[in-house]
Amino acid sequence: MSEILTKARARNVFYGGSIFFVVVFVALTAQSHRHITQTATAGMELTDEVRHGKHVWERHSCINCHTLHGEGAYFAPELGNVMTRWGATEDPELAYEILDGWMKAQPSGIEGRRQMPSFEITDEEMRALAEFLRWADQTDTQNWPPNDAG
Amino acid sequence: MKYQSQKVAYAYFIAAMGLFAIQVLGGLLLGWIYVSPNTLSEVLPFNIVRMIHTNALIVWLLLGFFGAAYYLVPEESEREIFSVKLAYLQLAILVVGTLGAVGSYLVGIHGGREFLEQPLWVKVGILVAAVIFLVNLSLTFLAGRKTAITNILMMGLWLLCLLWVFAFINPDNLSLDKMYWWFVVHLWVEATWELVMAAILGFLMLKLTGVDREVIEKWLYVIVATALFSGILGTGHHFYWIGTPGYWQWIGSIFSTFEVVPFFAMMSFAVIMVWKGRKNHPNKAALLWSLGSSTVAFFGAGVWGFLHTLHGVNFYTHGTQITAAHGHLSFYGAYVALNLAMFSYAMPVLKGRAPYNQVLNMASFWLMTGGMAFMTFTLTFAGTIQTHMQRIVGDYYMDVQDQLGLFYVMRFGSGVAVVIGAILFIYAMLVVRREVVKPGPVIKDAAVPGE
Ligand code: HEM
Ligand SMILES: [Fe+2]
Repeated sequence: MSEILTKARARNVFYGGSIFFVVVFVALTAQSHRHITQTATAGMELTDEVRHGKHVWERHSCINCHTLHGEGAYFAPELGNVMTRWGATEDPELAYEILDGWMKAQPSGIEGRRQMPSFEITDEEMRALAEFLRWADQTDTQNWPPNDAG
Repeated sequence: MKYQSQKVAYAYFIAAMGLFAIQVLGGLLLGWIYVSPNTLSEVLPFNIVRMIHTNALIVWLLLGFFGAAYYLVPEESEREIFSVKLAYLQLAILVVGTLGAVGSYLVGIHGGREFLEQPLWVKVGILVAAVIFLVNLSLTFLAGRKTAITNILMMGLWLLCLLWVFAFINPDNLSLDKMYWWFVVHLWVEATWELVMAAILGFLMLKLTGVDREVIEKWLYVIVATALFSGILGTGHHFYWIGTPGYWQWIGSIFSTFEVVPFFAMMSFAVIMVWKGRKNHPNKAALLWSLGSSTVAFFGAGVWGFLHTLHGVNFYTHGTQITAAHGHLSFYGAYVALNLAMFSYAMPVLKGRAPYNQVLNMASFWLMTGGMAFMTFTLTFAGTIQTHMQRIVGDYYMDVQDQLGLFYVMRFGSGVAVVIGAILFIYAMLVVRREVVKPGPVIKDAAVPGE
């Protein structure tokens, strides 16, 4: 590669090509942004309650044990489809009740079983969290996960 | 040491090694919680320890990069750093911010986006430190001799600091949050950090092998071109299942497959330069880490990355222990080992003495690398079983995990080897003042085959 590919030429290909790929990437990102807001997550309104639920989710760092849409830690079950597993995707009241019951039963204290901490969460926050998980569940994830086990 | 101001690198490397110790000890505790889940579960839950483990890793790698930049830019630019005071100020901000973050995690104050959990004041501190760094080094760079090594290094560092802006952008829409989150995470490790890696590796090859600069620099531009051409659109391999459009399955699969190329090229580059080089540099430990880094990076990022990057495979393996296996070996090979190569090279120079500590250092290389390889195998086996039972058969997550206990025990064992290796490394860097094994006599022109 000595004759045709001089150092200056290699450098110019690097700069030029990189700019090209950045431009393509930005254009596709803009299109994806629109797709997410207008199609993929349009199945349920992004209410204040859902927003609040996302903050509750973040404040307790749930992501550092669980995955959500397959991203996060791999220590605890996938939660992007937990409402599907609970049969509560269409039923806010049921979603809240099961979630509340589950969270209040933690930690299980069972010897040799992974432990989920007990969190201080008000009723209002618990409802918001349930709505956030219902909202996440309706996202069009290209049919992932392969089955309800998550 | 040609320039007095290179000395600031010393403080950066010390701080980095301190956080390295915290990182691996946190990792060991996490490995133990997998084996014995009731450990500390009420006082120090898994998620808190994991934040410390991942954040300490990222910050110490960055400190290592910053230190490496302060070490090599003066030498390449042929002048002192613009301001030594600013360099120490930057380090102080980063250390206070990191310790503050660890402290606030321990008392339960943190964000909830993976890897970006730092409280806002720490994030701002990192931004300020990044600005100081860019100003300080850019002024040094612009005033001096410009080489391909510093061009690429500065470009990588500028871009990675700019991408930090996305750490502040957290849309309410979860899918948008995820999409922009990858702008930091993927475009760091699979684009901008690769530029930094290539530049540091190029510098080490230049010093250790004595190969002509022209040759090294041309290689570097080719390597970083393949890195960005594949890595930018390769981000698509994270956009398969998070609410982004279906076309990413094609774009992500194709471009991320090409991400193997720069890692293969960096491995070939290192091997060929060592082969061609006539210089018999006394620092064998730095050479071992340089070769080891580029080789393990090829396996961890290249081979283990490709393993699950095609969308048809990723559909089943996404978010399983396969991901964990890949994450560990890629970070170790590409960025941990590279930093340790730089420390091994620069520390003796900074301390103004011969590379005394080589035998222990090389032992630590094999302990850590062996441990990480074994960890990767156990996690890959665990992930394969998990993928089959959970994603294909459809068994419930917790039931599947109950079947994987043996692998987690073995993983803990490999973690012990890594921690011993890390402590040995730090000990060899900082404490040892004498070589532990006497070298044999130097034989001139020893190229006599078949003896
Ligand atoms: C040194 C470079 C690399 C590092 C440090 C690295 C690190 C990581 C980490 C930490 C994750 C997990 C992120 C999370 O928490 O969700 C990840 C995911 C992933 N990486 Fe890499 N990676 C590197 C290079 C590559 C390359 C070159 C490829 C492809 C050829 C690749 C393919 C993937 C894929 C497909 C995932 C997603 C896995 C999933 O679906 O769960 N990586 N990487
Ligand atoms: Fe990636």
